[in-house]
Amino acid sequence: MSDIKELISAINGNVAFIEGGECLEVQVPEKEWHSFAEHLKNDAQLSFDVLTAVVGMDWKDSLGVMYYLTSTKRGWDMLAVKVVCDDIKKPMIHTVSDLWKVALFQEREVYDFFGIIFINHPDMRRMFLRNDWVGYPLRKDYDASPEKNPVRLNDEIHEDDTVTYVEDENGKVNKVNKKVFEADDYVVNFGPVHPSTHGVMRFRTAVDGEVVKKVDVVSGYIHRGIEKLTEGLTYPQILHFTDRMDYMSAHQNRHCLCMCIEKALGLEVPRRAQVIRVMMDELMRISSHLLSFGCTAMDLGGTTAFFYGFREREQVLDIFEKTCGARMSMNYNVIGGVIADLHPDFVKDVKALIAIMPERLKEYHRLFSGNIIAKNRLVKVGMLPKEDAINYCITGPSGRGSNWSCDCRKVRPYSIYPELKFDEVLLDGCDSYARYMVRMLEIEQSCKILEQLVDNIPEGNIRALNVPKVIKLPAGHWYQQVEASRGTFGVYIESTGEKTPYRVHFQSPCFNLVGVMDLCCAGHMIADLVTIGAALDFVIPDIDR
Amino acid sequence: MEVNIKSMKHDDFKDNEYIDKLVEELNATGANVAVGNLNKLINWGISNSLWPLTFGTSCCAIEFMSLGAARYDMARFGFEVARNSPRQADYIMVQGTIVHRMAPVLRRLYDQLAEPKYVIACGGCAVSGGPFKNSYCVLPGVDKILPVDVYIPGCPPRPEAFFYGLMQLQRKIKVQKFFGGVNRKEKREEFFAEHPEERGQID
Repeated sequence: MSDIKELISAINGNVAFIEGGECLEVQVPEKEWHSFAEHLKNDAQLSFDVLTAVVGMDWKDSLGVMYYLTSTKRGWDMLAVKVVCDDIKKPMIHTVSDLWKVALFQEREVYDFFGIIFINHPDMRRMFLRNDWVGYPLRKDYDASPEKNPVRLNDEIHEDDTVTYVEDENGKVNKVNKKVFEADDYVVNFGPVHPSTHGVMRFRTAVDGEVVKKVDVVSGYIHRGIEKLTEGLTYPQILHFTDRMDYMSAHQNRHCLCMCIEKALGLEVPRRAQVIRVMMDELMRISSHLLSFGCTAMDLGGTTAFFYGFREREQVLDIFEKTCGARMSMNYNVIGGVIADLHPDFVKDVKALIAIMPERLKEYHRLFSGNIIAKNRLVKVGMLPKEDAINYCITGPSGRGSNWSCDCRKVRPYSIYPELKFDEVLLDGCDSYARYMVRMLEIEQSCKILEQLVDNIPEGNIRALNVPKVIKLPAGHWYQQVEASRGTFGVYIESTGEKTPYRVHFQSPCFNLVGVMDLCCAGHMIADLVTIGAALDFVIPDIDR
Repeated sequence: MEVNIKSMKHDDFKDNEYIDKLVEELNATGANVAVGNLNKLINWGISNSLWPLTFGTSCCAIEFMSLGAARYDMARFGFEVARNSPRQADYIMVQGTIVHRMAPVLRRLYDQLAEPKYVIACGGCAVSGGPFKNSYCVLPGVDKILPVDVYIPGCPPRPEAFFYGLMQLQRKIKVQKFFGGVNRKEKREEFFAEHPEERGQID
């Protein structure tokens, strides 16, 4: 770590190292942030090529952003960069969206929640809230009275208008009004209630004939303000939100939040609970990929395949129901372990599932994967080269379909994953078909993991005995990642030592996935927008939170 | 009087009082034999071919998909023709949280449904805002902007709960007055009083 410190000090003498964090942490003056970021990315020895998380912060006396960077070339070391705005009245930070494209959306989110303006960002609109929203909700002094923001039943106007803040040579920032689309663009509206957007996503699509020119993502139709809600609740009370964000990765997400809190508390989770958690994660992954298979097929008109996918999914849900008591929103992981012991049938049921899966997968491939229509619609559609996948931080099966080794279980292992034998599925098709195929192959790998564990569930406690009755995290901040069904899910917690968190940020993989819709769809037919979306497989409540 | 549907016995329903009350109201004014029988016939038709407008915003929508799949198979009751256009649907099934940005969209879709139309609020979020009730941008229940016929609690409701709710709607439809009752045309002036901005734009 010390050599990185030297390298970083060599770039910029004004960089201050913050001690006591879980990873290397630096603070950079706002004025020098952009040039510093350029070095971080382009310096051959540093090469921080992935921007994993952008966390807006309100420290009461100042506003700012925490950037979490990592490097694929140097063993996924994490670097946290803290940038504080100079003026709290008119907070501004230079954008890094020209370096890491993933920041295009991430910074808009920060603007939406904190009102921090990103200089030179090409499109400074709100991301999740209505464009006539008053105030910035995640600021600590936000006025939440319903009179300020009543339920408006009129449509949003001026949807085409956007703005960019350009800095000239003298360092003066000028506001420049822009339009999202050109004046003679023909814009087709997709959503927000469209059966093929897998939820309530809205795409405004400029088309030339039938060919897509540009996709403008309008998000926020299910933005529930979870991050703000967590600030008023205790740690055990915030756990259930993770089940309701990406409901197809409920176990993994909750696992992540619990791990983050356990890390802060220094809790040791019993071995039995660890094994149960990993098994539940993998079962969840299987059920998610089965749903994804069914929906991809249904979007192409293959309703039969949908029924087949759901048949096996029901079997997984039965396993969940017996142990957790619910088919969805399981609420199973708790701080220090899991809430209830396994059902006596658990081992038998999991074995039955593993036994039938290979045969069923063959059936799926016969039914859909080899189908000429499916191939025509998926192969060489929605190309996403590896460099773009890294730049847009597309993790999960979609990233691995672009041959990017980004599986958090392998590259930043957690829980008992280092002991397990499984392969990271990598395909180099870079197209929708590769993404679809990665999912199908990952089901096999998940079964392999379950096979190793199902006969080796150790006896012992299901929950750590030393979990305090009132959970108070020490002052500080933590960032934890897991591999959810759709990519790397991250949780950032900042605590001031109270019963409630000071700030919680959920870094969702789907938010990045939807960020490449414009890139993937441009040049394809408008009908391909549906299949590209299906193969990326985003879950909207995970995007909007 | 018992209101019977084919799928479930009258006594198996937990709350029969409100249906009894509806029947009482209906009987109080009386109905012409011809109109009454026509009503019965039409209601029998509607209640067995309820076409939902899917409006799934979150988790409940996935459970609704399970309903459509083979294990729960809602086609048994005539609910399976999920429509994506409000012009073709009988009722709107609100599954999931409704936030400020979505509220005008939901209201518009409801307005576009043809009469007679019904609303089912599925899941804690649609019923009352659920776990997100205190959020700055969540609607505390869809009944704030729409008249709701049936509430199905749960987070998300089990498929069996969905069926129970849908059958309640079937029973409610069985006792409606199709002629002169639910199938009302919105009065022109009443509409303009509610939406003054539309005056002059639609004629």
